[in-house]
Amino acid sequence: MGQTIAEKIFDSHLRDEPFAGTKVLNLDRVLCHEITTPVAIADLEWRGKDRVFDSSKIKAVIDHVTPSKDSKTALQAKMLRDWARRHKLQDFFDVGQNGVCHALFPEKGYIRPGFTVIMGDSHTCTHGAFGAFAAGVGTTDLEVGILKGVCAFREPATIRVNLEGALPQGVYAKDVILYVIGQLGVNGATDRVLEFVGPVVDAMTMEARMTLCNMAIEAGGTCGICMPDMVTVNYLWPFIQDDYASKEAALEDFKRWHSDADADYDQVITFDLSSLEPQVTYDYKPDCVKPVGQMAGTAVDQIYIGTCTNGRIEDLRIAAAILKGKTIAPTVRGIVSPATPRIFRTALDEGIIQIFMDAGFCVTNPTCGACLGMSNGVLAEGEVCASTSNRNFNGRMGKGGMVHLMSPATAAATAVAGVITDARTM
Amino acid sequence: MEKIFKGAAIFLDRSDINTDEIIPAKYLTEVTKEALKPYLLEDLKLDGFDPKGEKLKNARVVVSRQNFGCGSSREHAPWVFEVNGVHTIIAESYARIFRQNMFNGGMLAIELPKADIDALFAMDAEGDVSIAVDVDAQVITARCGADERKFNFAISEFDKALVKAGGWVEFADARY
Repeated sequence: MGQTIAEKIFDSHLRDEPFAGTKVLNLDRVLCHEITTPVAIADLEWRGKDRVFDSSKIKAVIDHVTPSKDSKTALQAKMLRDWARRHKLQDFFDVGQNGVCHALFPEKGYIRPGFTVIMGDSHTCTHGAFGAFAAGVGTTDLEVGILKGVCAFREPATIRVNLEGALPQGVYAKDVILYVIGQLGVNGATDRVLEFVGPVVDAMTMEARMTLCNMAIEAGGTCGICMPDMVTVNYLWPFIQDDYASKEAALEDFKRWHSDADADYDQVITFDLSSLEPQVTYDYKPDCVKPVGQMAGTAVDQIYIGTCTNGRIEDLRIAAAILKGKTIAPTVRGIVSPATPRIFRTALDEGIIQIFMDAGFCVTNPTCGACLGMSNGVLAEGEVCASTSNRNFNGRMGKGGMVHLMSPATAAATAVAGVITDARTM
Repeated sequence: MEKIFKGAAIFLDRSDINTDEIIPAKYLTEVTKEALKPYLLEDLKLDGFDPKGEKLKNARVVVSRQNFGCGSSREHAPWVFEVNGVHTIIAESYARIFRQNMFNGGMLAIELPKADIDALFAMDAEGDVSIAVDVDAQVITARCGADERKFNFAISEFDKALVKAGGWVEFADARY
C-alpha cells in the first residue's frame, strides 16, 4: 500500500508514538504572532522554562493589531518583541517590516515541501500549498512547540479533492474553495487533511494555491495540501538555488513528497469546475455559499480587500484591473490592506496603489485589520461588508455586522456598483 | 492548578456552541487566563441561560450536545472554563482543536453516545445534578436526589496520560 503526502511527512518526522495512533512529530517551523503567543511566553516564564528549542526554526511577527491600538495590544506586542530579542530569534518582524503571517512567512521562503509547521492560528493550513503539513493549534501546543520542537497529532486521514476541468475567465481560487466548502460543509473535513489535486491546481500560481489551502479549516480540515511541482520550485528558487544544481534537480527532489498512486484515502471527491460561477457567502457560516448571480444587488457598506486569504500581489492586480479608471460608489467605503511590505512596494511600483486611491479606497498598512474586527475597519451594528477574507461568523467584523466572503474581482466590482456585482458583467 | 472532575453540573441544551460564544473575540487582548474570568459564556444564545447566574457560578461540570467548541482555535475558550472551576465537559462530540486544547490543559472533554447524553438531560429535568468522573475506571457517576446512574466512557491512552500528567506541557517536558 502506498502513502499520501501527509503520511510521508508524518513518517519522516516521527519523534515518538507514545500510544497507538498518537504521532509526536518533530517540527521544522513554529510560527508565532502577538495574539496567541504571549500567554505561552508567560507560562514558560512562570514554569522557569523560558527557553526555545531552536531560534532559527521559530519565526515571529506582530500582525493582528499593528501598530498597537491601545495599552493591551501594546503589551501583547511588547511581550512578543522582548521574547524574540531575549532568545535572539533570527526572524522577527516588527512595525515597518511586518505583514500578515500567512503571506509574510511564505514570501520569505520559510516554508518548503515536506515541512511540518504549526502556529497558534487556525489559518496555518495556508502553508500546505507548498506541500507541507501545516496545522493551526492552541496555545499549549504552541508552547510545547517553542520549548521542545514537537507536536502530537492523530494519524492523518486524507480526503483527496480532484479539481477537474479549467476555470472559466473571471473565476478564481477563492471561488473554488468557497464552492468546495459549500459542498463539504463546515464539519465535512474535521480531523482530515484536504489534498487538492488535478488540472485546476496544476494551473494555479502559488498565490492561488495559498488561497485554496487557507480555507481548508473552514471545512473543519486540519490542513490543506498541494503537491510540489515546477510552480513550487520557481517560487522557492531564490531561496534554494544554492542547494540544487538546477530547477529540474529541485523538482526531482520535491517529488518524493508526492502521494503514491495506490495511497489509501478516507474519501475521494471530484469536482468539474469548467462551468463554475464566482461564489459569494450568505448568512453566518462559510459553507453558506451561492453563485454571485443569486446574491447580485445586495447592498453593502464596506469593501475589504486584503487578509491571509486574498491580500497578495496577484489579488491586488486582479482588483486593480477592475477598478482602473473607475470610482467606488458614494454609498460605500473601500479599504485595501496589502498583506506584506513587499506586496505594498510592488503595488506602488506597478501603479496599483494609485489606482486604488484614485478609485477612493483607503490604503492601510499590512495587517490582519478588519478581518476579525480587532483594529481598523470594524462594522457598526447592521452594517454589511463585502470581504475577501475567510470568516463570516456572527460578529466577526464587529458586533451585529454581516460579512459576505468573495474573490477580489467580485469585491472590486461590488465597490464600484455599491451592491454585490458579478465582475464579468462590467 | 489542581484539576477537579466532580461537582454541580450545568446543562447547555444546544449543539454547535462555538468559541465566540464561550469567550468573545474582543477579550483576546488579555494576556492572562485570570483576566478572562468574568466573561464565561457571555454571548451564549440559549433560552433561559444567564451568564451571571448562580447556576453557572456554582457549576463544575458542563453537559452539552454535538460539535461543542466549534469555531476558532483560541485556547481562551478552555481557559475561561478552567479559571471558573469547570474542568470537565461532557458532550456528544467536539471540534478538533477545542477538544485537544482541553486535554492539553489537563482537563476532560468526554464524549458520550447520544442515548447517555439524553439520559443525563432527563436527570436534569428532575432536579439539580451532581457528577463525578473516575478517570481510571472510566466511569461517570451522576446523582440527582436519591437517583444515581453510572455511565462508562471511552478515552484514548494519550488523553488519559495528558490528564494524569496535568497537561501536554508536563507530559512533553518529562518525555522529550
